[in-house]
Amino acid sequence: MSAELSEPNAFTRAQIGWTPWLPPLTEAELTPSHIEALIDAARAKNPYFRLLARDPAALQHRTLTDKDIFYNPEGGAPRADRELAATAVSRANGCIYCASVHARFAATYAKREADVDRLLDEGTGADLGERWNAITAASVALTATPVAFGPEHVQRLRAAGLDDLAIADIIQAAAFFNWANRLMLALGGATVPA
Amino acid sequence: MTDTIDILAGIAPGAALEKIRANRAAARDHAEASHQALLLPQAPGDVSLAERFAVAAFVAALHRAPEAVALYAEGLAQHAGAALAEAVARAAEANAAAGPTGAFPPGPLSAEDSPAPSFALPADVAAALGDKLAAALAYAHFLIFHPRDAAPERFAPLQAAGWTPDGLVTLSQLVAFLAFQIRVAAGLRVLAATP
Repeated sequence: MSAELSEPNAFTRAQIGWTPWLPPLTEAELTPSHIEALIDAARAKNPYFRLLARDPAALQHRTLTDKDIFYNPEGGAPRADRELAATAVSRANGCIYCASVHARFAATYAKREADVDRLLDEGTGADLGERWNAITAASVALTATPVAFGPEHVQRLRAAGLDDLAIADIIQAAAFFNWANRLMLALGGATVPA
Repeated sequence: MTDTIDILAGIAPGAALEKIRANRAAARDHAEASHQALLLPQAPGDVSLAERFAVAAFVAALHRAPEAVALYAEGLAQHAGAALAEAVARAAEANAAAGPTGAFPPGPLSAEDSPAPSFALPADVAAALGDKLAAALAYAHFLIFHPRDAAPERFAPLQAAGWTPDGLVTLSQLVAFLAFQIRVAAGLRVLAATP
């Protein structure tokens, strides 16, 4: 393995790395309450989560919010649509690392690799078919500051077949990635082997 | 029970959106617990409640989200007094912008680069905020409007102004969480109002 790393300069579905810019806690520094805040003990190996463990309560509730928004299978939007929203937000904000992870999930759950690659390559204006276009447009409008999401986005999602729980799932998934993108971007950099 | 997102989104007890949110009860409860952890922690550690509410009032104002501005400006006045609340409001007014913008790493995405909004504080506002809060608001402004311009060098002025690594993680979580909370509320408010 090469020790030389560089910053990726394009969106990709490939595995890329992430390196922190502030010192994470070391594994030896993790107390039982830090481990609890990691939710999944295997995350003790991950420098991103060990860095966020500097504020354990914020990390713990961030992770539990994330898990319900993306993994709750009871009705609402299919996982593929939630992952599409995460990918579209990451593309709009410019988080190459976040986009890579959630593009893989969206492509896997939807079995639509070509459409996901089109979103990564062309950007959020890519034509992905009406249902995914409606989800992407809503996600981008929610990502704008000030927020630009309006009744026209809700109407378009309804016309595409989403019920109100599904629309709420898209809203929460897009909103959550405005949280996740900012943490990933602010606290470290994406890396690929040089 | 009504929580902060209900207040920001205008969701009344018994409303249709309350039932929608009940379908994602863990997300609802942990979003509120995140709010408590970041705005009203029992042990504030390296970031005081006044600093937390100052950042929150500033971020809400950058989003031009009236309900969030009201909530956090009131909290700021309560925890830090009216003079600091006024300074934060003026800091936001002087730095209004739109996002997301910024520059990608040089390469094929450079064609999508867009200029980042500048950040500057009137001298009397900077003096009222103090160095630590002024540095925090500059950081929040970047992270809200042009997060893709992130760089390790952004931490140097914060560290020089007294921010510790723990404090910087809390500050980053706070700004990023508010970007989430304000968007969930804005989205649900529109959903409820659209027949």
